[in-house]
Amino acid sequence: MIIAEQKSLEELKTLVSDAQNVLVVGCGTCVTVCFAGGAREAAIVSSSLRMASRLNGDKKTITDFTVQRQCEWEYLDQIAEQVAVADVVLSLGCGIGVQAIAEHFPQTWVVPGLNTTFLGIPLEQGVWAERCAACGDCVLGLTGGICPIARCSKSLLNGPCGGSEDGHCEISPDTDCAWQLIYDRLNSMGKLHLLQEIQPPKNWRTSRDGGPRRIVREDLRLAAEEE
Amino acid sequence: MTAPVIDKQTQNTNGCFSGSTLEKMLRQGHFAVTAELGPPQNADGDVIRKKAALLRGYCDAVNITDNQTAIVRMSSIGAGALAIQEGLEPVIQMVCRDRNRLAMQSDLLGAYALGARNLLCLTGDHQTFGNHPESKNVFDLDSIQMVRMVTAMRDERAFQCGEAMKGQEPRFFVGAAESPFASPVEFRPYRLAKKVKAGANFIQTQLVFDVPAFATFMEKVRELGLHEQVYILAGVGPLKSPGMAKYMKEQVPGILVPDQLLKRMEDVGAPWAGKKGEELTKEDKKARSEAYKQEGIQVCIELIQQLRQIKGVAGVHIMAIEWEEAVKTIVEGAGLYPRPQVE
Repeated sequence: MIIAEQKSLEELKTLVSDAQNVLVVGCGTCVTVCFAGGAREAAIVSSSLRMASRLNGDKKTITDFTVQRQCEWEYLDQIAEQVAVADVVLSLGCGIGVQAIAEHFPQTWVVPGLNTTFLGIPLEQGVWAERCAACGDCVLGLTGGICPIARCSKSLLNGPCGGSEDGHCEISPDTDCAWQLIYDRLNSMGKLHLLQEIQPPKNWRTSRDGGPRRIVREDLRLAAEEE
Repeated sequence: MTAPVIDKQTQNTNGCFSGSTLEKMLRQGHFAVTAELGPPQNADGDVIRKKAALLRGYCDAVNITDNQTAIVRMSSIGAGALAIQEGLEPVIQMVCRDRNRLAMQSDLLGAYALGARNLLCLTGDHQTFGNHPESKNVFDLDSIQMVRMVTAMRDERAFQCGEAMKGQEPRFFVGAAESPFASPVEFRPYRLAKKVKAGANFIQTQLVFDVPAFATFMEKVRELGLHEQVYILAGVGPLKSPGMAKYMKEQVPGILVPDQLLKRMEDVGAPWAGKKGEELTKEDKKARSEAYKQEGIQVCIELIQQLRQIKGVAGVHIMAIEWEEAVKTIVEGAGLYPRPQVE
């Protein structure tokens, strides 16, 4: 899922400083699960901003509302009326949610309340880790289900660099060496021979390097048109 | 010792990959010596000229580092061109961190045109170590893919995309690095095998202080027959102080410093021991530092002599970081001076 972190209250205050009527919009999907932008966080953010506004004496009107998914048009229709009267929408969705609101409400100024950080998983309560770089050409079949693109600091494809030590990456003792993990896993499964093949340069066109990406499924599209 | 037979790979009409002095030295079975020259963090070419003067005649080629430890320095190709003017053969180091495949290939065309004939392909330290930790990294290719790319430019006269190259191809004697003691240790000989398979002609290793551990690594390398396909230069370097030995032991991935060696360096400080920092005069400190350095050089000489006995070691790579003066003493002390002349 998408993992995000809330921006500091200071930054949030700056982002909405020019507005009198602020609508905080939470999202009920990924960012709810990672405790960054769900209904609970939306309520806390709006109450914090209200308090700050009172201290500041500028009497902002701050309301909050959480939709099931900010990244789908149909869920955004229900906030149309609230959006219409807001000077600014503070989205607690991921970067996709923020942009969906901007795209759906062209006349509305929308600002991000979160920093969208990565695609990952919760490892334990309060700890999340990156797992996928959405490179568009999955290599997990070669690496025992451990991604070197997302999890090796250098996205190497042919094994560990010289900076791997005692299982951790050269950048930090808190960062696992992805290639040590891959090595151990392939070793335990009797598949080390996979590491002896030279992996050719990656085609980064399917990644962000090829420009903004888009998928068109003609099968689905045509079916929709025929209805 | 006999030179590895690597003639099955494509070569030019001279029977060489590049015809560099380093290549000839190794082909003719001489025990090769390479050194390292770190470019300055400024645009002063005289720094290169001065360092070149210290190294000239004492090594067969000199590695020019490429933004080592991710700190901005004069480019390895620029500094390498200056080294050539000074009569010193460069090994251009290139890391994957700062360039994508376009920049790598174009810079290599330029480097060859400027006279560079040796290339060392490296992954590169992560930029978090250096002075621009906020930079974006590249790592379009890894070092093994880079070796493959540059040998294909040379042997197949093809760019990485597969397009044929018209006109002069860049002909480098292509090297790669290996860190024999980095994790996972069991994989290291196989990683070396991948570099050989990709086309590496020579290998320079990470610093070796633990000879028995390196001998074990080399045993595996021989078992895989790699010593007959690639020239292996063992990495050595003089320790400046017990502090440096301790730092390398504890902080640098892939460097093993035996306790015994650490103690040997510490013991050198015995005459000054028991005194606190403020009790030591400037002269005391200077004398102690000199004693440490002398011992460090002696250790390095002994390491070279021991490494030379290991089958499959074709030479040494002396990394005297910001201490180029030491190379002369080490090479002379190890009985490797004067350097043989090759045609």
